[in-house]
Amino acid sequence: MDRIDLLKLATSTDDGSYRIDVRATNSAATRKLYKAREPIHPRLVHGTFRRAKWIVMAATLTIYYLTPWIRWDRGPDAPGQAVLVDLAHERFYFFFIEIWPQEIYYITGLLILSAVALFLVTALFGRLWCGYACPQTVWTDLFIWVENLVEGDRSARIRLAAQLWNTEKIVKRLSKHTAWLLIAAATGGAWVFYFTDAPILFQQFAHGEAPAIALLSVGLLTFTTYSLGGFMREQVCTYMCPWPRIQAAMIDDEALSVTYRRDRGEPRGPHKKGQPWSSTSHCVDCHQCVAACPMGIDIRDGTQLECINCALCIDACDDIMDKVGLPRGLIAYDTDANVERRLKGEASGFRFVRPRTILYAVVLAIVGAVMLYGLWARFTIGLDVLKDRNPEFVRQSDGAVLNGYSVKLLNHADRARTFLLTVTGGELAAIHVIGVQSTTGPISLSVESDRVRALRVLLTVSKTKLKPGNQQIKFQLTDPGTHESVETRSVFVSGMN
Amino acid sequence: MSGKERDTHSGTETTGHEWDGIKELNTPLPRWWLIVFYACIVWAFAYWIVMPAWPTFNGYTHGLLDHSQRENVAAAVNALKMQRHAHESQLATASLQRIQNDPDLQQFALAEGRSLFGDNCAPCHGSGGQGAHGYPNLNDDVWLWGGKLEDIQHSITVGVRSTIADTRQSQMPAFGHDKILSDSQIDDVTEFVVSIAGRPADQARVHRATKLFADNCAACHGASGHGDRTMGAPNLTDTDWLYGSTRADIRDQIWFGHGGVMPTWAGRLTPEEIKSLAVYVHSLGGGE
Repeated sequence: MDRIDLLKLATSTDDGSYRIDVRATNSAATRKLYKAREPIHPRLVHGTFRRAKWIVMAATLTIYYLTPWIRWDRGPDAPGQAVLVDLAHERFYFFFIEIWPQEIYYITGLLILSAVALFLVTALFGRLWCGYACPQTVWTDLFIWVENLVEGDRSARIRLAAQLWNTEKIVKRLSKHTAWLLIAAATGGAWVFYFTDAPILFQQFAHGEAPAIALLSVGLLTFTTYSLGGFMREQVCTYMCPWPRIQAAMIDDEALSVTYRRDRGEPRGPHKKGQPWSSTSHCVDCHQCVAACPMGIDIRDGTQLECINCALCIDACDDIMDKVGLPRGLIAYDTDANVERRLKGEASGFRFVRPRTILYAVVLAIVGAVMLYGLWARFTIGLDVLKDRNPEFVRQSDGAVLNGYSVKLLNHADRARTFLLTVTGGELAAIHVIGVQSTTGPISLSVESDRVRALRVLLTVSKTKLKPGNQQIKFQLTDPGTHESVETRSVFVSGMN
Repeated sequence: MSGKERDTHSGTETTGHEWDGIKELNTPLPRWWLIVFYACIVWAFAYWIVMPAWPTFNGYTHGLLDHSQRENVAAAVNALKMQRHAHESQLATASLQRIQNDPDLQQFALAEGRSLFGDNCAPCHGSGGQGAHGYPNLNDDVWLWGGKLEDIQHSITVGVRSTIADTRQSQMPAFGHDKILSDSQIDDVTEFVVSIAGRPADQARVHRATKLFADNCAACHGASGHGDRTMGAPNLTDTDWLYGSTRADIRDQIWFGHGGVMPTWAGRLTPEEIKSLAVYVHSLGGGE
């Protein structure tokens, strides 16, 4: 009784529930090909899933806003921020991991891992990501929460929208938009903290000395957060996001999704108080599920592209089921296949183990294992060799042939190190590192901490040792201290046919 | 008429204009289009005020922002110079050898040298310094004027047969063109040069040319034909030929005495830039 009393648009019915005069804004049956957005005023619900969404929102927002402030000691030569995308110095720091631009495959791996994990979760439980964790959902939810605080619940908001501009409307709208803009600015502000030292940038903001690019980024993200969370909302999911389309390929008959159990609910309609309930016709057509829906759909129309599976309609419906004295779960996480089975009188159940889910799980395990191995076996030493192509080879006055190479030594460690460079294969008369020495044996080269050292290396084969065609050679870089060793293959071009 | 007449077929309002019974429908421009159109007009007026826009008799209106792309470029170039200042001032004082041995300074010099080479040297010497007919290859160990860092720096600074007084200067006589030697003598000397390069030659002609070579060529190229770097005289006994290695090429060179010209870079590049360039050319492979 308590909350529903607030609904001025609700009418009492015989069965003890309350019917709301509402229709699904985004119903596929009535929607035109193009239509200007109609504002949706979702009603605040209470229940298990609403509580879960609050918790996920609190957790994700806390992670987002606080992560840049976590400190991590990496010694004097490296930044002390746990998560930092250092574009100026071309480094990405994530706690104990430091990734160089050369190692972008770790990011690729992470993206593949995320994609496959999303596939698996979607095939098992439906659009959990969309309903709970997607930033669009989280921030829209936050904005609606603010809206609810300032302007009141659904009916109050509808009334406010319809009424003429007066002091009340101006004050409420102004406070709402101010709060939204503050949240948006904080969101944009937190974003730039990931790209530079957070405390220093915060001070710069406070003193009005922040660099133009930081202000521009904050401005841009403030604008996108404000417009996507405040105005575009469900349109982002329906029209802009590619994921609902991709998801269609992940969801099959056995994937969980928020389902109206039409086998139990239909035929829907008002119920006379005191009349006995049958095993069907449980839907009293109260429209609470429609009123609660932030996407503006009627879940009873079946699985729809627009449905982000936020489960708020489940909470709304469960509330009504409790009031009319029926078991909960007229709307629940279920599958279309189960509904069909029950309609045919068969037993229903969940089939989480399917070829599709096994495949995703196996791929996930493989990619995860490869990533873990990659990180575990990650070298702190690297060697890149690029052979000169212009000219490919140089004939000296005594008939010897010289090949030039651009060589880069990578020291990923946070201390200066001395490496040994050896070149083997072919019958080299001389290995000359410009500015260092000329030899045929290993060459000792120091590299500063966390740096790349570029070298020019010239290899010579004397006239008598020349062989036609290309000779395979091997550059090897060793750290005599840790016995780490990397090698790179290249060729020596003699210029003879 | 009230002007609200509607077309019976489409239901659209008409403008009231009629030609031969055909009435024009009133389909105005879309609202968004009109808004953009008016916004552009407002923008244009604002632009005139804020940005340079109108020519005047002795210049132009500068606008409130006093924007100038030319000044922006100058500022950007200055900013770049400031950024490079630390390294450039080190280049100014460091010896060429130190530049080459210091990893940081070497990397800076090589990067600067590579870019300068592409702008200034590549048209003749090739983008990789590989040279061409008449233009020396800078990758090999053949140097007319010396291949040490200082030699290269000096060659770039003064040029070869350039317009300044202390240029590197040498001139091979045009033995045939200026009729210093006869046709048959030149044939003989050609055979002699082929023979000292270690290739099979007509021994009778070689024998006849021995004295001719000593009298006419040895002063610069040396008695044994090994050349002389102080005079930029090439070594005739190696496998490298600036103007070609065939008998006809060698004969042509004796006849005309070709000599290329390299300009002085002293005024065009700063001493620091020339240092970078010298370190870069030295690193191509032939540096001594």
